[in-house]
Amino acid sequence: MAKQIEVAGLDAYYGSHKAIEGISMTIEPRSVTAFIGPSGCGKSTFLRTLNRMHEVIPGARVEGKVRLEEQDLYGADVDPVSVRRTIGMVFQRPNPFPTMSIFDNVAAGLRLNGRHSRSELEDVVEESLKGANLWNEVKDRLNKPGAGLSGGQQQRLCIARAIAVRPQVLLMDEPCSALDPISTLAIEDLISQLKQDYTIVIVTHNMQQAARVSDKTAFFNLAAQGQPGKLVEMDETSKIFTNPAEKATEDYITGRFG
Amino acid sequence: MTVQIGIQPISAARRIKDRLVQVLVYLAFALAVIPLVSVLWLVVKNGIGRFDLEFLTHSMRNIGARDAGGGAYHAIIGTLEQVLLASLIAVPIGLLTAVYLVEYGEGGRLSRIISFFVDVMTGVPSVVSGLFVLAFWILVLGMPFSGFAGALALSILMMPVVVRSAEEMLRLVPRELREASYALGVPKWRTIVKVVLPTAFTGIVTGVMLAVARVAGETAPLLLTVFITDSINTDPFNGPQMGLPLYVFDQAGRPTDTAIDRAWTGALTLILIVMLLNLVARLITWWRSPARRR
Repeated sequence: MAKQIEVAGLDAYYGSHKAIEGISMTIEPRSVTAFIGPSGCGKSTFLRTLNRMHEVIPGARVEGKVRLEEQDLYGADVDPVSVRRTIGMVFQRPNPFPTMSIFDNVAAGLRLNGRHSRSELEDVVEESLKGANLWNEVKDRLNKPGAGLSGGQQQRLCIARAIAVRPQVLLMDEPCSALDPISTLAIEDLISQLKQDYTIVIVTHNMQQAARVSDKTAFFNLAAQGQPGKLVEMDETSKIFTNPAEKATEDYITGRFG
Repeated sequence: MTVQIGIQPISAARRIKDRLVQVLVYLAFALAVIPLVSVLWLVVKNGIGRFDLEFLTHSMRNIGARDAGGGAYHAIIGTLEQVLLASLIAVPIGLLTAVYLVEYGEGGRLSRIISFFVDVMTGVPSVVSGLFVLAFWILVLGMPFSGFAGALALSILMMPVVVRSAEEMLRLVPRELREASYALGVPKWRTIVKVVLPTAFTGIVTGVMLAVARVAGETAPLLLTVFITDSINTDPFNGPQMGLPLYVFDQAGRPTDTAIDRAWTGALTLILIVMLLNLVARLITWWRSPARRR
């Protein structure tokens, strides 16, 4: 189910502005990889290039290669829609569909992609909500609107929605930055569980969080405002946080800048 | 003079300014409401007398110039058919245009040209749209005067209103919702149909109702395309029809008091129909809104 991602020489642009430059890395399956770095260094942009979400912004484009187990995601005949079906995403702010109930939100990915029987949907919804640790809280009000849940519950609903389509990789763009500490803990526990089955990539501004949940950590930085962001280094999380190879990484982690 | 430090009471000057602005705001509100209320009051006062079953169920056929009685049944049917047909033409085209502008145009040249012409269309005087249909549909193509010709003229007036309001509503749908849908592997067109349009539904319905209300009262384009009749004509594609605005115009121009009374009641009926349509739209949006299920 989980697959490896390999990135080689990746540049991403917004119009004529180069946002990230020359990024190469390997993301291991069944593990959590964390991206850290100061604001504006291109972590989120890079994350969005991994499932071709970058190009939905007008004027945005990508150069370089992203391979999912030997398959080039930016190949000429690759359908970006199927890439996004394979590589799911959870966003910074919880964004359940406001017109849909909790059930419909989780079922949305399947329902919007073809016909499924009611019983099949019910199974998937229950399984996904259990997978997102939300089932016990919402099982009695599945047809209430998803927007009526608390922020932390909404974010877990979004995770349930993302895993309902059975992706092979799950990208998370600062999934806890809008949440309180208790909800954050719930999501972090969930991430540790999900990595049994999925390849997980998480962008975070919270260094403790990166240290707690991730197996590998990548540090991004930019030389100056307006310059493209670059990958400074990537290594085992324990090594990055105790004995990084680069001075910039150590400065960032110890809070000397950023 | 001692310098006061810390929290001070509101100065007299600010108090007076506050009062003054408050009074001005209320005054402006009252000024805006006076014409509205007085129009409603006049129409109800003068129209309620003839607002009876006969008025709603009879046409003006065989009603002599000095006779009392008669009604606007033919005009009510005409107005409903013409507005319905105009909506059937203008709403799909307007909605699709708005979807193009918001979702696909991306500020390109074509979308800027469309935007410009929608603005131009907003400013077209209603009589010009009637003249256009008269010249093109009736004189050049040789079609008869009909309710449909009127609907064509009305749809020209409706379209820009529908486009503008739907565009505003679609732009209000947060980008995150579209992205959430894309990230689930949903194609763009399905995202628009299943996520964007339902989210903007309430606002779009309100916009359509505003457009309907705007054209339901148009007289000039109908005069040139629907013509005028005293008989019931339920077929909007053939022969002159009537419409409530035309009815009011026609009756108000007649010299007898009974005709003038009918004109007032016609105006009252028109207001009530537009109000009723608005009520129906409110019900639809309430029924569709997520708040109902909470």
